[in-house]
Amino acid sequence: MNTRPLNSEPLEAEAPDRLYTVTGGRGDAEDPALDSVSLVVAESDPGPDMQSEHADILRLCVHPIAVVEISAELRLPVSVVRILLTDLLDTGAVTARHPVPSTTSSPRKGPRHDPDTLKQVLLALQRL
Amino acid sequence: MPSNASDAPAAAPATGRFPLASTASNALKIVIVGGFGVGKTTMVGSVSEMRPLSTEEVMTQASAGVDDLSAVRDKRTTTAAFDFGRITVDATRVLYLFGAPGQKRFWFLWEQLFTGSLGAVVLVDTNRVEESWYAIDRLEHHRTPFVVAVNRFGPGPNLDAVRTALDLSDDVPLLECDARRRESSRDVLIALVHHLARYRPPTSAPEMSS
Ligand SMILES: Nc1nc2c(ncn2[C@@H]2O[C@H](COP(=O)(O)OP(=O)(O)OP(=O)(O)O)[C@@H](O)[C@H]2O)c(=O)[nH]1
Ligand SMILES: [Mg+2]
Repeated sequence: MNTRPLNSEPLEAEAPDRLYTVTGGRGDAEDPALDSVSLVVAESDPGPDMQSEHADILRLCVHPIAVVEISAELRLPVSVVRILLTDLLDTGAVTARHPVPSTTSSPRKGPRHDPDTLKQVLLALQRL
Repeated sequence: MPSNASDAPAAAPATGRFPLASTASNALKIVIVGGFGVGKTTMVGSVSEMRPLSTEEVMTQASAGVDDLSAVRDKRTTTAAFDFGRITVDATRVLYLFGAPGQKRFWFLWEQLFTGSLGAVVLVDTNRVEESWYAIDRLEHHRTPFVVAVNRFGPGPNLDAVRTALDLSDDVPLLECDARRRESSRDVLIALVHHLARYRPPTSAPEMSS
């Protein structure tokens, strides 16, 4: 795979020190359970002595919101948001609704996408 | 669903977002890939129900030092930006569209985006057809179903010639589009969904674990 930079457009390093502070110095929370489109919902209000990023997330999650949307709204990289969410999941302050794999498997035909999901997606597109 | 500024959380910047229904529980994903400047962001924006958002993934370049937490600040990181939009499907389902970063140095990220997605759209600029080879190769390798859409930036080869240049098998849909037009982008997505309904992964799965 060719991942070598082709041009020298500066890479924005997104202030590593700030990220370090926000996440308490922890590395990537490689929590495979938290997909980039897992929908997160707040289960409690922000507490007074809560880290401000945690409180920000709780306010965003009053309605279900995808991990990537939280990241965009708070202008924090997805990997940082994952770490912060792991904290909130651990304390039960939020819950996550994970994407349901849309494939059903039949022994004869092999895996295929769930027809009802595809039909609903089609209808939604046709409404655009 | 109307946007409701009054319950926009105080912490959120004024991006005019409107929240999902409280019943939303299952997010679906479609990825749009293609070379630099081919129209991915435009396509996401033309069909999204909200203004497309952009976010960043910090990629850690060194794999060493993960256990030594204090090493985090010293690791070299690369920030890859990608944008996304969404289309509400029904009470529980919502479709997210991701525009993959187009610069070559970020192509390694695409594979992660393919995981868990329903399928993909490969956008092709006929002046730079060869920039699509990599995308098609990775999608085939990843067994992610896809359609190919030719974004016309001017006169160029017809679809048959593009199919030949891409060495595209007959069962992969190939169509024209103007990513700036909502109906056109929508039709590309509809073609993808029809393709998904027909699609059967190859039966011999030598290296698939699931
Ligand atoms: N003629 C024509 N121009 C288009 C079309 N789609 C996009 N453009 C223009 O092409 C330019 C690049 O479009 P983007 O949507 O930013 O491309 P991109 O693939 O997201 O680019 P990167 O993310 O940088 O790789 C913009 O100026 C668009 O207005 C199209 O279908 N036809
Ligand atoms: Mg773009």
